[in-house]
Amino acid sequence: MKMSEKLSRRRVLRGTMAGAAVSVALPFLDCFLNASGTARADGAPLPVRFGTWFYGLGMNPGRWAPAEAGPMKALGPELAPIEHLKDKFNIYSGTQVFLGGKPLQVHRTGNIAQLTGAVPVGQIANPHPSIDALVSDVIGKTTRFRSLEATCDGDARNCFSYRAGGAQQASEISPAKLYARIFGPEFVDPNGADFKPDPAVMAQKSVLSATKEQRDAIVRDIGVADRARLDEYFTSLRQLEHQIDLQLQKPPPLAACAIPQAVTDPMIGTEVEATLATNALMMRLIAYALACDQTRVFNLALTNATSRLRFAGDSTIYHGYSHEEAVDPVTGYQVKVSKFAMKCMEGLATAIETLANFKEGDGTLLDRSLMFVCTDTGHAALHSVVDIPIMTVGKAGGAMRTGLHIVGRGDPSTRVGLTAMQALKVPLNSWGFEANQTSKTVTEALV
Amino acid sequence: MKKPVLWGAAFALLLAGVAPLAGKTVPEPKLGDVSPMMRLITSEQYVNTLQSIFGAGLEYRVQFAPIQRVDGLLAVGATSTVMTSGAFDQFDSAARSIAAQVVDARRRDFLLPCKPAKQNAADDTCAGAFLGGTGRLLFRRSLTSDELGAYVHIAHDSAEAAHDFYTGLSNALTSLLVAPEFLYATQPITKAGNELKLTSYAKATRASLLLWNAYPDEDLLAAAESGALNTSADLARQVDRMLNSPKLEQGVRNFFDDMLVFEDFDTLSKDGTFYPAFTTKVRVDAKEQTLRTIIDHVVSQNRDYRDLFTTRKTFLTLDLGSIYGVPVRTDTAWTPYEFPPDSPRAGILTHASFLALHSHPARSSATRRGKALRELFLCQKVPPPPPNVNFGALEDPKSPFHTTRERVNFHLQNPVCAGCHRIMDPIGLALENFDGAGQYRTTEQGAAIDASGTLDGASFKDVAGLSKALHDHPQLPRCLVRRMTSYALGRTLNKDDDGWLQYADGQFSTSGYRVKDLLRTIATSPSFYAASVKADQ
Repeated sequence: MKMSEKLSRRRVLRGTMAGAAVSVALPFLDCFLNASGTARADGAPLPVRFGTWFYGLGMNPGRWAPAEAGPMKALGPELAPIEHLKDKFNIYSGTQVFLGGKPLQVHRTGNIAQLTGAVPVGQIANPHPSIDALVSDVIGKTTRFRSLEATCDGDARNCFSYRAGGAQQASEISPAKLYARIFGPEFVDPNGADFKPDPAVMAQKSVLSATKEQRDAIVRDIGVADRARLDEYFTSLRQLEHQIDLQLQKPPPLAACAIPQAVTDPMIGTEVEATLATNALMMRLIAYALACDQTRVFNLALTNATSRLRFAGDSTIYHGYSHEEAVDPVTGYQVKVSKFAMKCMEGLATAIETLANFKEGDGTLLDRSLMFVCTDTGHAALHSVVDIPIMTVGKAGGAMRTGLHIVGRGDPSTRVGLTAMQALKVPLNSWGFEANQTSKTVTEALV
Repeated sequence: MKKPVLWGAAFALLLAGVAPLAGKTVPEPKLGDVSPMMRLITSEQYVNTLQSIFGAGLEYRVQFAPIQRVDGLLAVGATSTVMTSGAFDQFDSAARSIAAQVVDARRRDFLLPCKPAKQNAADDTCAGAFLGGTGRLLFRRSLTSDELGAYVHIAHDSAEAAHDFYTGLSNALTSLLVAPEFLYATQPITKAGNELKLTSYAKATRASLLLWNAYPDEDLLAAAESGALNTSADLARQVDRMLNSPKLEQGVRNFFDDMLVFEDFDTLSKDGTFYPAFTTKVRVDAKEQTLRTIIDHVVSQNRDYRDLFTTRKTFLTLDLGSIYGVPVRTDTAWTPYEFPPDSPRAGILTHASFLALHSHPARSSATRRGKALRELFLCQKVPPPPPNVNFGALEDPKSPFHTTRERVNFHLQNPVCAGCHRIMDPIGLALENFDGAGQYRTTEQGAAIDASGTLDGASFKDVAGLSKALHDHPQLPRCLVRRMTSYALGRTLNKDDDGWLQYADGQFSTSGYRVKDLLRTIATSPSFYAASVKADQ
């Protein structure tokens, strides 16, 4: 009790010292918006955001897609946890990834092909950028972070975000660390009144600039492949420089931005409730990061593709069940597998609700977002890359319709990715490689 | 003292890679691809290197983005890792944290070689002394005068801006720590006559990364600078110095950590309902137990590598005692321990680390253990299961399997599965006396466990027999030779390397399978320092 009294007194004191500008009450901030609530006070429209939300092992065939195409009435039983949100997303069934003679890499080919448009070959990922990277080139250049990556089961390797050349991002596994990265001392509050560029940050910038000048000396001695790797280093360096630049400028005020309470890490692991709790925390931090325009792109992975989710006290993990559980003779499906799939959808429901409940201007974060929901397999027991469930959540600032079930008739799943990218104004008329190349969007989904 | 001439000549020949053999000399075969590799520094190399420069007193809490494992080794992945912006952020914040600690008022006096004339202003002489010396260790060569000038310039400008010498120095050190010359170990080459070879500095870095998993120290750099790594005898002297250094432990530790896929401990998760004794502390200790056992065995005692699979000697903590069911002293963190002759535990296959890592969260896995044994210790590649196999019958409620043996025998009924499972399961089944947490048991769900089996023709009746069969397997030492060579080179091996590998097999055998001797064979091999240029260069 005493502690919070002290804190609030200090806050009040600081407010008094700095004068009127310190007020952070929401009613005041509303005037930062234009009259219709669709743009910032400085006239710039509220930004559009993109995210991916990944979960492993797909769905049981016949138990997720609605029976009919078009506006969705009833969803399949495994989508029950998101049934109440069905006006907020589209479901795409009946698409597939074409292997084009390449070997199927189980739990890898499906998701990488959907996200990069190309079937991976070999152990290191293919050299094509993923959708989020292409989108961030369009909408992510002015924010502090080009994108944020996180995962919920403790494995930092769960990330399917690739830059051109094969650079694979790593995921943050700790909500506390993600919080520190976004809202730590380097965070510049867009609504803070007393903005003053931090001399330490200015010094940091000069340090990086000096490093950049050394490029020519080091590239002399190395081969072409290594030179490309070094170029990626310098791209990353420039990205950090850019982050620092933004810290040195007063950001435009953002009505919806507030600094969330600091988080402490929950129990991080693969027990399903723990993973879902981490998902809720990560998604909340991401929503605040979007509202404060720290990033416009995120990649959240609930688990890896070979999902290690487990119920407490159960001796087999989800991936184990997906292969070993017998089809129940009465119900005709894998019962435990179905339970896991529904748990994943609980996580998706949380992710959708987090954006849908976050007010921004005249609507919510979700109205201006597009979240691409993907997984690695259709029928996990067979590692099938046919009929992999895909969803797009949100209206992307009015570019996308929602509430539809769209049935592909064996179309490449890259059509959905192309559609998402066009909704976000990525200048691409066609996308995907070899047999997965397409120039057809899903027109029903676009406004 | 003058050496006998003949002996000296033979010694020189030996070091030149030409082994005298019953009066004849057999030249050492060459390795295949020797084009230079550029490696991204790993978290461990970063900490090892900075610790040797700034001491163990700093907080080095760095955990860089994970590196992808390629052909069994992270060390191979590290030569193709690309830095992402997220990863760069981590390097940047680590650099700033360490630089701030180095110039901290409590440490500066003993970490810096000089004091500034005035603390509130720039002092280029003092900054240059520190940045030149530190930069040399970080870049593994002396800085050029232009480079040093640039870093002194950073220190100067930011000291003047902040009115503080140490702020300036901290910024310049940060700049060194995020420089590509530090974060990437490139391997510049030079031309000697018609022959391309690594520069002396690149040689030093290669040897040091292999033996110490860190960048070279001052002695090694001085040797490189003076040209003393260019003769075989001098090189051998430096390699011996490194093999006898306490830093060898961190090098050997990193190799085995990599070879044993121990990064999987970071994500290992056990079900507390089934294995209440397998706590977070046990998870950390189990990995450390095996690494300590290996270091003691192959480095401190310099014993036969193969005996690692049969030795009863290990180290335990109080927490591990509960997994092993033995009382452990409480007055020290780690206690040397020898399993009694009648114990089922002997060799690292029976350590909780191997048993728990290659199991499910709440049950053992004969298949995973068998696969791990073949892949990790025998370098055999077990193909992945065919993508479209339905394992549903395993859990068919109508055919209940009591023991793991009954469950996995099902694999053998299906011809698609049998081919591979026949080479994994019988090995793993011999470890069935240990549950998914590595605890000893004699029954599973009431049924007695049968731990008999065969390994490539050698039959055994229990785990001790399996360990003995692995110990005697001709592929065991050959696999270590290949893994360590691949680790040293940072690349996948191919058939062009066969000649050299067979030569190294022979050396390893002659040495009585001493790991330190294998390291010496690699680190003194002319091939290890050879260089070629690919068409794209």
